[in-house]
Amino acid sequence: MPDPSTSSPKIRVVLAKLGLDGHDRGIKVVARILRDAGMEVIYLGLRQTTASIVAAAEQEDADAIGLSMHNAGHLTLAPAMLAALDEAELDIPVIIGGIVPDDDVEVLLVTGVAAVLGPGAPAADVVAAVRDVVVS
Amino acid sequence: MSVRNLPVEELVARALEGNRRAVGRLLTLVERGGTDADEIADLAHQQARGAHIVGITGAPGAGKSTLTGQLTRLLPEMGVAPAVLAVDPSSPLTGGAILGDRIRMDNIAGEGTFIRSVATRGHAGGLALSVPGCVRVFDAAGFDPVIIETVGVGQVEVDVVAAADTTVVVVNPGWGDAVQANKAGLLEVADIFVINKADRPGASDTRRDLELMLDLSHVSGLEDDSGYRPPILMTTATDGEGVAAVWDSVLAHREHLTSSGQLSTRQAARLRYEITNRVEAQLHVEASAAIDRADLSEALSPIKLAAQITDRLLRD
Amino acid sequence: MTSSHDDWQAAFDASPQRDAPFETMSGVEVEAVYGDAPYPGQYPYTRGLFPAGYRSRLWTMRMFAGFGTAEDTNARFKELLRHGGTGLSTAFDMPTLMGRDSDSSWSLGEVGRAGVAIDTLSDMEDLFADIELDKVSTSMTINGPAASMLAMYVAVGEKNGVARGHLAGTIQNDILKEYQAQKEYIYPPRPSMRIVTDMVKFTTAEMPRWHPISISGYHIREAGSTAAQELAFTLANGFAYVEAALAEGQDIDEFGRRLSFFFNSHIDFFEEIGKFRAARRIWARWMKERYGATDERAMMCRFHTQTAGVSLTAQQPEINIARVALQALAGALGGTQSLHTDSYDEALALPSEKAARIALRTQQVVAHETGVANVADPLGGAPYVEWMTDEMERQAEAVFAHLDELGNGSILEGCYTGIENGYFVGEIADSAYRFEREVNADRRIIVGVNAFTEGTEDDDPNLLRIDAETEAYQLKRLETVKHDRDSAAVANALDQITTDAQDPTINLMPSIIDAVRVYATEEEVAMAMEKVFGTYVEQAIV
Repeated sequence: MPDPSTSSPKIRVVLAKLGLDGHDRGIKVVARILRDAGMEVIYLGLRQTTASIVAAAEQEDADAIGLSMHNAGHLTLAPAMLAALDEAELDIPVIIGGIVPDDDVEVLLVTGVAAVLGPGAPAADVVAAVRDVVVS
Repeated sequence: MSVRNLPVEELVARALEGNRRAVGRLLTLVERGGTDADEIADLAHQQARGAHIVGITGAPGAGKSTLTGQLTRLLPEMGVAPAVLAVDPSSPLTGGAILGDRIRMDNIAGEGTFIRSVATRGHAGGLALSVPGCVRVFDAAGFDPVIIETVGVGQVEVDVVAAADTTVVVVNPGWGDAVQANKAGLLEVADIFVINKADRPGASDTRRDLELMLDLSHVSGLEDDSGYRPPILMTTATDGEGVAAVWDSVLAHREHLTSSGQLSTRQAARLRYEITNRVEAQLHVEASAAIDRADLSEALSPIKLAAQITDRLLRD
Repeated sequence: MTSSHDDWQAAFDASPQRDAPFETMSGVEVEAVYGDAPYPGQYPYTRGLFPAGYRSRLWTMRMFAGFGTAEDTNARFKELLRHGGTGLSTAFDMPTLMGRDSDSSWSLGEVGRAGVAIDTLSDMEDLFADIELDKVSTSMTINGPAASMLAMYVAVGEKNGVARGHLAGTIQNDILKEYQAQKEYIYPPRPSMRIVTDMVKFTTAEMPRWHPISISGYHIREAGSTAAQELAFTLANGFAYVEAALAEGQDIDEFGRRLSFFFNSHIDFFEEIGKFRAARRIWARWMKERYGATDERAMMCRFHTQTAGVSLTAQQPEINIARVALQALAGALGGTQSLHTDSYDEALALPSEKAARIALRTQQVVAHETGVANVADPLGGAPYVEWMTDEMERQAEAVFAHLDELGNGSILEGCYTGIENGYFVGEIADSAYRFEREVNADRRIIVGVNAFTEGTEDDDPNLLRIDAETEAYQLKRLETVKHDRDSAAVANALDQITTDAQDPTINLMPSIIDAVRVYATEEEVAMAMEKVFGTYVEQAIV
């Protein structure tokens, strides 16, 4: 008997700005790109802490967390985010978007960040990056 | 082992112990529907604790999320841990959604609050099926009250909230808002009216309009025969003004439901609503399959053909 | 206000002239202005504020930069003054811009990174050590906690024997655009606006050489708005400040001439020029006709321009030099009073020294080699340019009409409502997304990004790296100041701020000055007001 209520799994992504940096043009564009790719985006907005992101990711059962950084704080903030997720025993992939120099991209990936998207990344790359980290 | 891959019984067991990660995961499975969702709903149903269910609805921008946010600040101060289901529409074109209601709650929500954003996922029937399941999970996990917040446009969104124990309808100052609420069928379902943004001009006019509608309720059916009259409260949710009084009214309504015996009537109605939705959804699927199977080119009139398919369907 | 050629000639003759040959490189002499009235320097100033344009004075090449400790920046200031500079431009780090001290958990990794860290008066004392504050003009780019920074500057002046009345400078203090675009706010809009009007009143009464607001469209554009939205939102914010000041009984001619603007110069050349010209015309008309200004200086839209950081690409960054050159040229042809040119590596990191020098050289080429400074408003009268100017004005007027309606006849109230109901952020996000989709669909070409990408895989240029020592050093400093100060005096001063904040009729500046004098920190002052004013969280309009 066919089931009336089954819907295909939706990818749920928590998007947030971690720290004081208020540049939100990029993250708002990314939110729309992911929505238009059929995903559910839980947008936390500005000035989030690692604790507030962990709490939201847990309650929302996020498949991925996307953080946007434009203030050169990525080498401090990204590891702090990963540590907070570890502490909460949440195995949710983290994607960083924003201004990250090539050398730092390597550092972030080694640290455990799942993907890094630079400024001006095409919509298709953004969507593919999220799908890839969620599947793997 | 990651919570993500745990079997349903184990997830439910953990959720009952207060593991929030497990609660989050269960909600996903319930939303997804299917056998897991049914099993979870069954298990949770056996653990029901009778949380008070509060529905909050109103027009877009009325301040529902802000009011809900203020409740998530206030209630933990009073020692209760609320859960919130914040429902927002999915994009009809892409099926995706941007869910932003948390923003108005996160930074003020007190210890123990659990907020879950839910998208309507296109097929409105899905919401009618998944919301009762999510409420069950929250109830079993010990959250009380459970608050369901939806935009008061669209029949299912209104119905879902109307099936709560206490339904709060949020309007803004201005005659237009009361009229719109009336058109959307919100006035019939209200147990409590909240005029939010009461610091704006026109608040007292809106209050008068609503009072007038309540006075005419023998015509419109707003007032029930137990003599309960929905109170009209004024709030400025952005700074928390009047929110404590809203909660007092919810408690007063609950007291009324208990003392008048209507609580069980409501709960029965809610169960009937849920069962109806499930049966209808199942029948809908069966019917679609039967129609797919039928030879529609048969030389019968559409009326006769439909009757034939229905007969066959009901016999099976 | 007449506008005949004779009037212009008289005004021109009375204007100073630079010592430069006003002829083409081939030796052809050129007139100071061409075309029809109204001429440059004549109401409504579409063609420029001054009769002789850049013949009197070139635009100011104001390069905004800075990072590290107060001592580092102080050394740079002194270097600048030794080379004949008189204007000091202060960039603050992100914690300072947000009202957070260096030892706040929020500040981790951000201290001294994008500007100088100022926690207490002690930092401000070091920032301006051995600088004669009555001989320089200081620009401070800060908004949310602007009152604390102004208070510290006043206190430093006192310590160095310079009365506040002799201090000259500008503080950005444009809080409305923070809610719309830059998002560096602390309190909700209305209490923030009270702080702004308190500062306007304070400086009007006690600091006649100080410019209390620089109304900024730059950040609105960077956040993704269109040119017309940048123009409209910025001028609307300007009208809102005017209405707020008028409501406080201020004289429009008095404070009107101390307002200045800050625009973006983006890559669509003629649209930008039309925008600059329309800005002057709209501001003059509204100040005169709607708000009743009678002093011409109060009708003049003076503006600083910066090239569009958001137009710079991380791919093949050297191409950015060409973008910046064209944007600088648009600023000059639009008649800007001052100009900052971006460094080509800004899409990758903070500007390196070499990139910053090239950026300055770029505008020097525009000023000294191209000849565009010889003639005021050289494009005036060109059909396309005049049409574009009208079109920018038309679109802006439609926005003003909407805000006027939202505010029931008050642009100030319309701005508040537009902030509360997400109008501004929604419009900006829509525009940003539309542009992004067009680029993604290759309907818009960005060289090196979605076309002509050969060479994009080249290595990054040498980027500026900031060491972690600055943060540790600043934390140590703050600890020492907190240890050495009179904590009872600090507590009393902070209580006074909280008390004053509760009474909207009291000006907050005196109690803030008293608090920073006894070394209350920036964050402590901010929190003393937050107790009364609360905080602001943007509603999600994505």
